[in-house]
Amino acid sequence: MTPEPNVPHRKRRNLVLLISVAVVAALAAAGAAALAVNIMEKKQEAKNPYFRVTELTDQTEDPEVWGKNFPLQYDGYKRTVDMVRTRFGGSEAVPRDPSDKDPRAATAQSRLDEDPRLRTFWNGYAFAVDFREERGHAYMLEDQIFTERQQASPQPGTCLHCHGSMYVPYMKAGDGDLIKGFEKLNPLPYAEARKHVTHPVACIDCHDPQTLALRVTRPGFLEGIRALKASQGVADYDVNTQATRQEMRTYVCGQCHVEYYFKGKEKRLTYPWAKGIKVEQILEYYEEVGHKDWTHKQAGTANLKAQHPEFELFSQGIHARSGVACADCHMPYTREGAQKISDHHVRSPLLNINHACQTCHRWPEEELAARVHQIQGRTYELRNRGMDAVVGLIQDLEKAVAAGKTDEELKTARALHRRAQFMVDFVEAENSMGFHADQEAARILGVAVDLARQGQLALRDPNFQPQLQPTNVTPTPREVSPPGAAEKK
Amino acid sequence: MPRLSSRFGVISLIAALGVGVAAGVGGFTFLYARGAAYMFDDPAACANCHVMNEQLNNWYRSSHHTVAACNDCHTPKNFFAKYIHKARNGWHHSVAFTSGDFHEPIQIGPVNRRVTEQRCRECHEPVVDSIDAHAAQQQSELSCIRCHRDVGHAH
Repeated sequence: MTPEPNVPHRKRRNLVLLISVAVVAALAAAGAAALAVNIMEKKQEAKNPYFRVTELTDQTEDPEVWGKNFPLQYDGYKRTVDMVRTRFGGSEAVPRDPSDKDPRAATAQSRLDEDPRLRTFWNGYAFAVDFREERGHAYMLEDQIFTERQQASPQPGTCLHCHGSMYVPYMKAGDGDLIKGFEKLNPLPYAEARKHVTHPVACIDCHDPQTLALRVTRPGFLEGIRALKASQGVADYDVNTQATRQEMRTYVCGQCHVEYYFKGKEKRLTYPWAKGIKVEQILEYYEEVGHKDWTHKQAGTANLKAQHPEFELFSQGIHARSGVACADCHMPYTREGAQKISDHHVRSPLLNINHACQTCHRWPEEELAARVHQIQGRTYELRNRGMDAVVGLIQDLEKAVAAGKTDEELKTARALHRRAQFMVDFVEAENSMGFHADQEAARILGVAVDLARQGQLALRDPNFQPQLQPTNVTPTPREVSPPGAAEKK
Repeated sequence: MPRLSSRFGVISLIAALGVGVAAGVGGFTFLYARGAAYMFDDPAACANCHVMNEQLNNWYRSSHHTVAACNDCHTPKNFFAKYIHKARNGWHHSVAFTSGDFHEPIQIGPVNRRVTEQRCRECHEPVVDSIDAHAAQQQSELSCIRCHRDVGHAH
């Protein structure tokens, strides 16, 4: 009846319960703290995925120093000295006698000797003197110093923008301002500007030294992509903060593998993208600014020279459309022991089909190589037709000049020559023989052949009206409602 | 006001303190470990602890990165099944990673393999159906990821 005898018992029970709670809570706290410490240790591990042998700063230019922290990547980077050729690109080491002027014991094969039409193509311009197949990244500086083009016409410091490791030299020359340094080195004579430069393209040109994240450092691209994005309605584009990780894996290559010209007396390197990056848009830009690279010796045409527009052509192709980046094929992921790294031996995917293509395309190597060669062979055939057509027009123009035709009479034919030659050159100078965007390359060449032949017609008929665009015909019923379109809806 | 001088009161206070500390440290650890990230679909969460960095980096370079992220292949489609699966994996992964008792390089287990296989089949149903019809005749069971193991990320 009375609870009295139970009180001490109940008290003891409460006491035991409380002590248990305290002990469990203490254990839980200890456990959580231990876990937190463990997580902290793991986070520290994650911060040092590599063995940090040396500190890298924003002034560390020498790739060998970077290589101490990243020996595998550095190893691949060094292998760009390899000289291996593919069907349409790359180079073999062509032996030569070193001289005082040019100490190189090997160069790449001369493209001018391979296809003498190229001499006619660039007659009057330094490219008709010396033009060779490209070698690997390791040779970019040396090959530019010793090309005979340097003697044919004096080159400005601008050229170094893409032939050296420029981030540190620009920063130094501009007292910490990249663009100022760029503006300072551009107008200098090449030999003068060359003194500021030590290495060919190096780690710091594409990587942030602290985070190792990709970073665009070349002013030409920073400004070019801003102009391009502005033409697409994006104002003040900053590639380093606004581009996605996957885009950066293309943009760092686009820093140099592009069409360009030197603007004005300042020789400011400019990518002609303010109207877009398709060949017609680039031509439209050049028409507007009235740029010419040189006057053709035989034809008298104010001509343009296209320079390796890889980024522009690739952007029109199926791989770009599918979200593939340059690095996916040219620097594929590769296993090195227990690690996987981007292969820094940048080279033709045809030399590395296993890693470059077969990650996505499940076909035997021979089949994949055959597909590429088929595309390139077709492009090459069209490219040869384009060369013939333009050379035909050049010869006709030369005859017309000799026959005493006035500049006014030759105006139409020369305008067509300028356009047609730039378009053929756009594919010819591009380093994939059409592969980067096969249908676009074929379209460009097809149009170019037509324009060159129209130029020949214009020389024969003073009343000839050139046709730059196809006739605007009324769309056929088939085009208005293609079969199957209704069902899709 | 209760008399704190009693033995019972003092111990209550200590217990309450203990519970508070446990909750505080636990909560901090959860935030510090970015625990909430695991509730969502951002692929970066899967590499919160660095053991899956390789898989994440590989996924960026894979043929599927534009169409499927981690959870699209590694968790079931059904909402409840997805979070039960996440909880199960979360527990196993935490224990393994904390204790360090796991195979390196990491390997997929049978349950996760089944889930992934199922997710292949859900997207690629038209193709898989006709293959399965053929396989049924041969009385064999086919696995997508036995041959296509690198589509999501290389191994």
